Amino acid sequence: MRERVGKLTASPWLYLAPAFALLGVFLLYPVTNTVYLSFFDRRSEVFVGLDNYIYLFTHPDTLVVFRNNLMWLVLFTGATVTLGLLLAVLTNLVRYEAMAKAIVFVPMAVSFTAAAVIWRFMYIYQPAEFVQTGVVNAVMVALGFDPIAWITTRSVNNFALIASGVWMWTGFALVVISAGLKGIPTEIIEAARVDGATETQIFWHVLLPMLRSVIVVVAVTLVINSLKVFDLVYVMTFGNFETDVLANRMFKEMFTFGNFGRASAVAVILLLAIVPLMALNIRRFRREQ
Amino acid sequence: MARVLYDHVWKRFGDFAALKDFNLEIEDKEFLVLVGPSGCGKSTALRLLAGLEAISEGEIYIGDDKINDVPPKDRDIAMVFQSYALYPHMTIRDNIGFGLKLRKTPKAEIAKRVEKAAEILGVESLLDRKPGQLSGGQRQRIAVARAIVREPRVFLLDEPLSNLDAKLRVNTRAEISKLHARLGTTFIYVTHDQTEAMTMATRIAVMDAGVIQQVGTPQELYDHPVNVFVAGFIGSPAMNFFSARVGETNGTLELDGASLKVSVPLDRAEELKGFVGRELLFGIRPENIHDTRYVPRGVSAAPVTVKIDVTELMGNEVFLHMLAGENKILARVDPRTELRAGDDAEVMMDLERMHVFDPDSKEVLRSGVGGAASDSDE
Amino acid sequence: MADGGAAYGAPDRPESRTQRIVRKLSRGPLHLVIIGVCLAWMTPTAGLFVSSFRTRSEIATTGWWTAFVPPLEFTLENYQHVLTARGMGQSFINSVMISVPATLFTIIVAALAAYAFSWIEFRGREALFLVVVALLVVPIQLTLIPVLRMYAGLGMTGTFPAVWLAHTAYGLPFAVFLLRNFFIALPKDLLESAYLEGASHFVAFTRIVMPLSVPALAALGIFQFLWLWNDLLVALIYLGGFRDVAPMTVTISSLVSSFGSEWHLLTSAAFVSMVLPLIVFFALQKYFVEGILAGAVKG
Repeated sequence: MRERVGKLTASPWLYLAPAFALLGVFLLYPVTNTVYLSFFDRRSEVFVGLDNYIYLFTHPDTLVVFRNNLMWLVLFTGATVTLGLLLAVLTNLVRYEAMAKAIVFVPMAVSFTAAAVIWRFMYIYQPAEFVQTGVVNAVMVALGFDPIAWITTRSVNNFALIASGVWMWTGFALVVISAGLKGIPTEIIEAARVDGATETQIFWHVLLPMLRSVIVVVAVTLVINSLKVFDLVYVMTFGNFETDVLANRMFKEMFTFGNFGRASAVAVILLLAIVPLMALNIRRFRREQ
Repeated sequence: MARVLYDHVWKRFGDFAALKDFNLEIEDKEFLVLVGPSGCGKSTALRLLAGLEAISEGEIYIGDDKINDVPPKDRDIAMVFQSYALYPHMTIRDNIGFGLKLRKTPKAEIAKRVEKAAEILGVESLLDRKPGQLSGGQRQRIAVARAIVREPRVFLLDEPLSNLDAKLRVNTRAEISKLHARLGTTFIYVTHDQTEAMTMATRIAVMDAGVIQQVGTPQELYDHPVNVFVAGFIGSPAMNFFSARVGETNGTLELDGASLKVSVPLDRAEELKGFVGRELLFGIRPENIHDTRYVPRGVSAAPVTVKIDVTELMGNEVFLHMLAGENKILARVDPRTELRAGDDAEVMMDLERMHVFDPDSKEVLRSGVGGAASDSDE
Repeated sequence: MADGGAAYGAPDRPESRTQRIVRKLSRGPLHLVIIGVCLAWMTPTAGLFVSSFRTRSEIATTGWWTAFVPPLEFTLENYQHVLTARGMGQSFINSVMISVPATLFTIIVAALAAYAFSWIEFRGREALFLVVVALLVVPIQLTLIPVLRMYAGLGMTGTFPAVWLAHTAYGLPFAVFLLRNFFIALPKDLLESAYLEGASHFVAFTRIVMPLSVPALAALGIFQFLWLWNDLLVALIYLGGFRDVAPMTVTISSLVSSFGSEWHLLTSAAFVSMVLPLIVFFALQKYFVEGILAGAVKG
């Protein structure tokens, strides 16, 4: 059935053209091209099939990269969500809530580059016989431990980097979860109190279930960020000392090793890791419509 | 000439037809009210005319111009929205003058016309405020001022009173009627409230389920509804309905309902004779049922036995909620009545004003005698 | 928001003086935890800030927390040095030159598209919008090589237009998503009334939709501006080693790799880059938080 429309005079394409021209040139085309390039050699001249992927999944250097991203995914997301949730619930109980939230939120406004400098400075290490000028090691020594070279010691440096990420993003989790918390009607909490629930029971049986969807949104955002993490690693270690991650590895493949085939393959792996989250987003969006 | 014509118009949303073969002619300078329950398609009919929705099939004319493919701004119509749709970021002056400005009207001309429209609506003092600072009643006036300022050929109003409180609504009704008389423009007014329709319209179109049920003057609709829907929708409180079988005993006719019996006087018998043996649907308005002691002169009434359920004193009249077996019947009787809740009583039905409907098609078979005209077949 | 009437606040009921004291004491651990966290969160930034005013030798030999023990010795020399000799002054200007135009482009292009997605009916509207939603999380790493090659071919690497265009495109999915959600929630009657009064889509867009969307545009603008100001990756790739166009993030990261232990330089340089975001953040926190909440899906 053809509808005759007297209403429309302007073409939607006039309004969409600038956006989709840019999206096409800078996102849609490059993404497909990168997938294509990942099957070619370092100069994108010779087709090599899956060689780039096979290399990435078998070489010890790059297997460490996957391990590190997995650590980021689990520890960074887990710690940030937990801290954000805890602080959201706790700050909600005090009068200086706004100030406390602002303080935790400030790092969100700062660049990862500046944050990396800040944390390198926090982690400064001097041999045990010298005075410690980094806060973390000064505290360690004061508590009677030996100072640790946080950035270069392979057993701890990933945790140190992840901690700096948690410092940056907890404010985000806190603000979003706190907004969700404000959305829970007072009556529900009061009803639970009247029913005799303790504050702990209220947290586990009322608040947590009602915050579920907000927490999922926060967690998805953090997972995506953990997969894409770049600046912190680039500035703090450049991926040395077994702290490399996918995004930084791609940068290295491009500019240090000049291997555009492998760099593309790293990017494609990153995309594949994110596709399920993309599907989740689309599903959520369609449900909301 | 700003006649409006809907010619076999359909509007479909997917599989759902909001308007089905909609035909309506609205005369120049007429105040036509489209009335019906929510979801009946009345707003859709208005929005098609305004050009806010595309017509699926059929044609709409304003004057002699077919406007199906004319964009809304070129249809020379103005509309008052239920929400008033005032632009919150503009002053009242800019709100009223917005349409003129878009038409590149000279500034001095805009100023003059805005002042004049404001004066007609009595809102001159509000011109430099913003909508957020006004009361609901004031906003409603601004919306009307904004519509009249362009002097459109046709004036559309979509439930313009439904956001006002009851008292303001009554006053505004009268003012809109006056405005119509003063402007002499075609008004098309959509409402779900039959009282608004009855008090303001020169003609009413009653709609249900995307179909026009009846078009006529308020009096015609009230006196001669063509089907059960119109009979029940127009008039407040609503018409009573009961089904009964037309029987004949000893030469007199009898309406025999489940638990309600009415003997029909001989002078009425002639008209119902043709229906003997049939089960019919009868309709009678509350004011046509009388307390036996206060039956007006000249009314040929028939007695019905009922039980009084509740009485409501309204001041100048009394509402009797009555039970006749399973039937609930409402009567609007003389305030001197002494009938009280719990009484078993006899009340009188004015048979001349009784409407008779076919129980299957719900179409009218015979209208009650109205104030003016006799039977209506249209 | 912290009174007893707030959601999940402390219950509000009359209490005696002793009860109040008991309650205050019992809440001691709560305050301790919150204040402790706040102090921990401020320490890293405070350390950076204090150190940026200390001399090179002091930073190298004592912790910054000892700076408050007399004799107090602070200096502005570090700032003077990084702003002039280390190029942070030029980089500050470059950061402005990159962030401001790219933010404006993003807003304009996204608002146009968002208007079409909310107020113009056309076939395939939902499908096209789903493309935008899908692009929200695509890592820009996927685009670096082809775009870099394109820029190289056009001789555009190391130019501002190169980063303006790339930043605008990368910011679009989020910007379109956010604005469309805001636009579509505007009252339908307002737009229809405007169309009836003779407004074209363009007039409705510029005179009705944009003025009514100032809060959303402000939130998006602030968010996008900070995002671009803080970006390292895009600038690093497309501006490469061109020092005269490098924004502060790039300059700082190269300072880190060449002067990794010259802390008097690094701390003051980092703080220079933080000044503007901190001002924006504290002055416009409300809008910034709104942007964050609206865009909780952005990666």
